[in-house]
Amino acid sequence: MSETPQTPALPGQADKSGSGGYITTKIEELVNWGRRNALWPMPFGTACCAIEMMATLSSRYDLARFGAEVIRFSPRQSDLMIVSGRISIKMMPVLIEIYNQMPEPKWCISMGACASSGGVFDTYTLIQGVDQFIPVDVYIPGCPPRPESLIDAVMLIRERIKRGERQTKLYDRTKHPLDFQPVNLVSDAVAGAPQLTGTRLSLPGKDAAQNG
Amino acid sequence: MSNPVETVEKIAPHATSAVYKTMAMNLGPQHPATHGTLRFKLEIAGEVVVKCDPEIGFLHTGFEKLGEYRNYNQFVVISDRANYLSPLNNNIGFAVACEELFDVKVPPRGQYVRVIMAELSRIADHIISVGLQGMDLGAFTTMLWSFIEREKLYDIFEAVTGARLTTSWTRIGGIFKDVPKDFPEIVRGFIEKFPDMLGEIEYMLSRNRIFMDRTIGVGKLTREQAIAYGVSGPVLRATGVAYDVRRARPYLCYNDFDFKIPVRFEGDVYARYLVRLAEMKESVKIIKQALDKLPGGPVSALDHKVTLPTKDMVYHDMESLIHHFKIMMPGHGVIPPKGEVYSCTETPNGELGFYLVSDGTGLPYRVRIRPPSFYQLQTFPIQSEGKMFSDAVAVLSSLNVIAGELDR
Amino acid sequence: MALDFKELEKKLRETFGASVLDWTEFRGQPCLHVKRESIVKVLTFLRDDAKFEMFTDLTCVDTLRLPDEMQPKYAERFTVVYHITSLEHGARLRIKTYVPEDPAEVDTVSSVYLGANWAEREAFDMFGVNFKGHRDLRRILMPENYEGHPLRKDYPLKGRGERDNFPKYTEIPEA
Repeated sequence: MSETPQTPALPGQADKSGSGGYITTKIEELVNWGRRNALWPMPFGTACCAIEMMATLSSRYDLARFGAEVIRFSPRQSDLMIVSGRISIKMMPVLIEIYNQMPEPKWCISMGACASSGGVFDTYTLIQGVDQFIPVDVYIPGCPPRPESLIDAVMLIRERIKRGERQTKLYDRTKHPLDFQPVNLVSDAVAGAPQLTGTRLSLPGKDAAQNG
Repeated sequence: MSNPVETVEKIAPHATSAVYKTMAMNLGPQHPATHGTLRFKLEIAGEVVVKCDPEIGFLHTGFEKLGEYRNYNQFVVISDRANYLSPLNNNIGFAVACEELFDVKVPPRGQYVRVIMAELSRIADHIISVGLQGMDLGAFTTMLWSFIEREKLYDIFEAVTGARLTTSWTRIGGIFKDVPKDFPEIVRGFIEKFPDMLGEIEYMLSRNRIFMDRTIGVGKLTREQAIAYGVSGPVLRATGVAYDVRRARPYLCYNDFDFKIPVRFEGDVYARYLVRLAEMKESVKIIKQALDKLPGGPVSALDHKVTLPTKDMVYHDMESLIHHFKIMMPGHGVIPPKGEVYSCTETPNGELGFYLVSDGTGLPYRVRIRPPSFYQLQTFPIQSEGKMFSDAVAVLSSLNVIAGELDR
Repeated sequence: MALDFKELEKKLRETFGASVLDWTEFRGQPCLHVKRESIVKVLTFLRDDAKFEMFTDLTCVDTLRLPDEMQPKYAERFTVVYHITSLEHGARLRIKTYVPEDPAEVDTVSSVYLGANWAEREAFDMFGVNFKGHRDLRRILMPENYEGHPLRKDYPLKGRGERDNFPKYTEIPEA
């Protein structure tokens, strides 16, 4: 028996000519490839935009085509927050709390005019843009944006992940006071910690000027 | 009203013993079952809800305050953001209220087109409400199926109003633009196929063992309770009260049509589901009749103190140019007489009322929105206390609470 | 069966005398003006004897900026407006009562109409009108620690800075 039996080449074992079996890459790129193809969105849907977000996830537009259909209502299991809808001063502490509960790395889409800038509602109760208080990666214009716009935003997020960018790096989370305290609007603030949320700022004499 | 403590003693006797304490539980404000932003502070004993305290206001936007700083036509934009499942009904509701205040009459074509769009919007709301009701009880398919129908309706809305969701379609005294030429065909194309699709959803849910077990007898509301709490819409009609604003205080041209008001007497979640299904079939009937009778002519009132003249007239007619200028310029605008009006329309959720106080300027003095969801959610504690926790989810999805109009 | 509002007005005036301040009508919508001391009695009468069993709405109007000729004759700051419906007659009635600025107090009707419970909480939240005898009068729409009553006419549209009073992010200078 002069011929030795030919065993098929196992991936990564045989065939040192380099014609197959190997992919050389940086570990970071491999991880980012996984991340961008399996985004798990946390839908912070409050108002009209949430309905368009549902439409995006449903039959016709089907966000599942881009690997982002696993909607997680638990912030601990998600990496993309979609803030869709108006955020009031009663909801803002909840939003910050939920954002802080999401594990790193995380991305954030501010969907629609209200979440991005307050939209047409320039009133006493509405946050004029959530980007004042949480970092936002992609803004979507529109009132509400069409599902195509949301898909486009998800594609932009994928691009960012591919390049390894994210907004959160720019910020120091440890200085965020809500990281260390439960969101409790009523309780007195711990000594030395910044005052919490939503109470009236004293602006004596400005009330009349602001009126109208 | 049943005494929750007694009921708990019956269902879960262990809960009242000294050793076994009740547990506080928090449902919401960010929870898949709330479909928006509600919070329920629950006290539960095992699986039984002992006490329920709803907390609302997480989407409070200040519509009523903003209404005092915007003129009547501008408020149309705000009105459709109050209810994002059926914005057209809100547009029409506000326009009807304004027309009562201004004492303007919409021409027949405008009324018919409004009725058709209102009923299409009612279908869009009910179908998604039924689909979500299925989703909350574990039947995810119905939600995807109902969204297929809703997307078809979005296409019609887009063709007519230019927007999928926030339509801002009506103006005081009419509509900003006539419907496209092929409007009757596209609507007919939809309503011919729609009953089949509805039948499929019905086939999936109506005799579904799991769905029936989780909805029949759950969240019972008696006739007296519903009336005293000011409940309206399908939730009221499921308790045996045939109160529908379209019949009780007819607006637009609803008197011209032959339709029934579906009523059930059980008052539970399943009855509400059946009422919604039957209402969609009635809506299809109304649309068919309206399309057959659709008259010609203008869609907006020709009183140009209130409605804008057409662009053609503005370019060629001095009078019309002045009217256009007066309506558009701040400080002029559309001026109503002094007085106050409460006007209501039947939206998919129930009676939507607008209480307008005018002080004789272009801006309303007070705009009050009477939201149906507000009065329906108020009955949530009496429907869920003393029942199993999972029933609370079924009750909540059957009320179809829309946070936008709940919190305003 | 349509309700004869003339008849009802006569009956109300007979029963309550001077408590019925006025009876007006605009665009075919009747409106009954009553003194705030007797609002519970009037509403109980309307519910039981006149068959207005359905509660529709409760709201409030701040008359601070209303032009002089529209000011209520009874010169109080707040007007509490009730809407009730009779299913039997298919009729709707508006009832108004007048509440001064200090003390802004009126008896609760949540015992007469169960549905008034949350509506009164909302009027308290938005206008600061106290409903005496309400079991659970606390804020409903605004956060519990909120100061002021936003729908009052002297409250600014853009608030008093509450919406900006949240902790900001601090940016790290890039190394």
